[in-house]
Amino acid sequence: MKVGQPVTDKPKKYVIELKNLRFRWPGRQGWQLALDTLQLEAGQHLFIRGASGSGKTTLLNLLSGITTPNEGELWLQQTPMHKLSAAKRDTLRAQQIGVVFQQLNLIPYLSVLDNVLLVAGFANQEARSLTDRAIVLLEHLGLEVALHQKKAAELSVGQQQRVAIARALLLRPALLIADEPTSALDADNRDAFMRLMLAEANESGTTVIFVSHDQALQRYFNWHLPMDQLEQGVQPC
Amino acid sequence: MLIKLARLSLWNRRGTVLMTVLSLVISISLLLGIDHLRHEAKNSFTSTVSGTDLIVGARSGQLNLLLYSIFRIGNATANISWESYQRIQRHPQIAWTIPISLGDSHRGYRVVGTNQDYFEFYRYAGQQQLQLAQGEIFDDVYDTVLGSEVAARLGYQLGQEIVLAHGIGQVSFSEHKDKPFTVVGILAPTGTPVDQSVHVSLEGIEAIHIDWQQGAPMPGRRVSAEQALEMDLTPKAITAFLVGLNSRAATFLVQRQINEFRGEPLTAILPGVALAELWQMLSMVERLLLVITVLVLLAGLVGMTTTLLASMKERQREIAILRAVGAHPRTLFWLVQLEVLLITLVSLLLAMAVLMVGLWFGQDLLASRYGLFIGLNPIRESSLQLMGLVLGLALLLGCIPSWLAYRRALTDGLSVRL
Repeated sequence: MKVGQPVTDKPKKYVIELKNLRFRWPGRQGWQLALDTLQLEAGQHLFIRGASGSGKTTLLNLLSGITTPNEGELWLQQTPMHKLSAAKRDTLRAQQIGVVFQQLNLIPYLSVLDNVLLVAGFANQEARSLTDRAIVLLEHLGLEVALHQKKAAELSVGQQQRVAIARALLLRPALLIADEPTSALDADNRDAFMRLMLAEANESGTTVIFVSHDQALQRYFNWHLPMDQLEQGVQPC
Repeated sequence: MLIKLARLSLWNRRGTVLMTVLSLVISISLLLGIDHLRHEAKNSFTSTVSGTDLIVGARSGQLNLLLYSIFRIGNATANISWESYQRIQRHPQIAWTIPISLGDSHRGYRVVGTNQDYFEFYRYAGQQQLQLAQGEIFDDVYDTVLGSEVAARLGYQLGQEIVLAHGIGQVSFSEHKDKPFTVVGILAPTGTPVDQSVHVSLEGIEAIHIDWQQGAPMPGRRVSAEQALEMDLTPKAITAFLVGLNSRAATFLVQRQINEFRGEPLTAILPGVALAELWQMLSMVERLLLVITVLVLLAGLVGMTTTLLASMKERQREIAILRAVGAHPRTLFWLVQLEVLLITLVSLLLAMAVLMVGLWFGQDLLASRYGLFIGLNPIRESSLQLMGLVLGLALLLGCIPSWLAYRRALTDGLSVRL
């Protein structure tokens, strides 16, 4: 998929830019993931559709800087992630990338507020200075103050997923990666969740990459990427 | 943040963590306790006799002489004649002597024949002199001064009459029934074999044996207690004597002179040297004990490692979350090590507390039962070293689960194998 300008442009325009990305697990034959071009500008939320086992996890690990590509380039804003050391990628993830999983996003024995502020330490930021923002975010996401000191394990699944959004957006990251965050929610909760997530992401100036096998969620996004085409190295769209 | 995480994570698993801490507290307090007793026993042991420059007895090995003269263990091979004793006593370098005559007992406790110098010059644990708890030093031939344990165990009071037995067995068939002794004094506890001794005068020893020959009463010849007093009660021989010198510098000279004494074969030993040699033999046992406690400690630490390893399975989710918010794999390594540190520190503090309370309660028991005087403060250089060792070992073994957390963080990434 090609978004906006051609590849030759300066990468700083894009929130995320992939060039000729190739990845294979050690000891395996052939590329597990091949993606020639992917460019997203700020606010261009992307929906990646794919069933599990379609290289989705690999792509998420690459995008979040857990792993690096064997070949190609991966830029997050002006930062060449493919060139960074593992430790620098970890810090970059803390500062610039929010991650939300399918479920069990929270550390059960920490309070809701502490779960949100968890990211601060790893991004070398003072947790205290972020408390106000954390409280506001939680309230925007429909979690009243009374819940903030409760242990994460005491919350419903829907509430926990919204806490995860608050944590992912706390530092106004460039990118939010959501991996099937609605799969454990019922239809009503799911729609409410999608609206809240996108609204808060827009408010934070964060670009969302959303992965799901649920086609019904596609309507929230203007940009789509079918995962099953990546494995063959076919450039999508 | 990391400390808070480690603390709350441990609290979240407090059931298993508590059991781990418990087993560590038991093994650490055992280790520190044994170490403490080791030092205290050594102190108590080596301070059994002090201030004495030489111990003199019939020719024998130095351990044998030390054992029977000071610890009342075993028997002398031969006696020292009274004449020899008198001659050596006149040596210009010798300030004082304490004669000791052994061979009788009272209900398992050794009888020590001596004189008033014993109470004046005998020193233990540094410069401590024997103190009377009750009564006075013996003055009469048939007077006796009891060690504190003898009086306490047998329930003897001042003024009570006791009968000495010939030989040193617990049960003796030949008793000196005709010449009973009166308890005139009871010594204060010392934590030395003095507590287990029955002290009488040399004349008393002579009196009860006046109608004996070759270790048995002479048939047909009876001397009553009153008759004996009329007779010459100058001892014919003693078993050993302790020597105090005018100058420490003369010790080796006097020792050589006694060893080369022409009158009869004698041995003079330096009590400090002999005590150290004896302790070295005994320390085999205490070292073995220490090895066993170290093994118990290792078992405790391995238990902790096992618990932490088992918890890693349920903590995969935690690892993935922490990775997602930007934790380095090495941060997870240190997180687990921090938990090891917390568990071990808490265990060390609790073990120390347990030990102190235990010593506080056990002190009286040890003193009354075993004559062991134990200091209440178990903190010393060696115990701090042991605590350091415990911490080091814990962190070393903690590397196993920590490394597992590191590996998981590195390979599993954000995915969780449920």
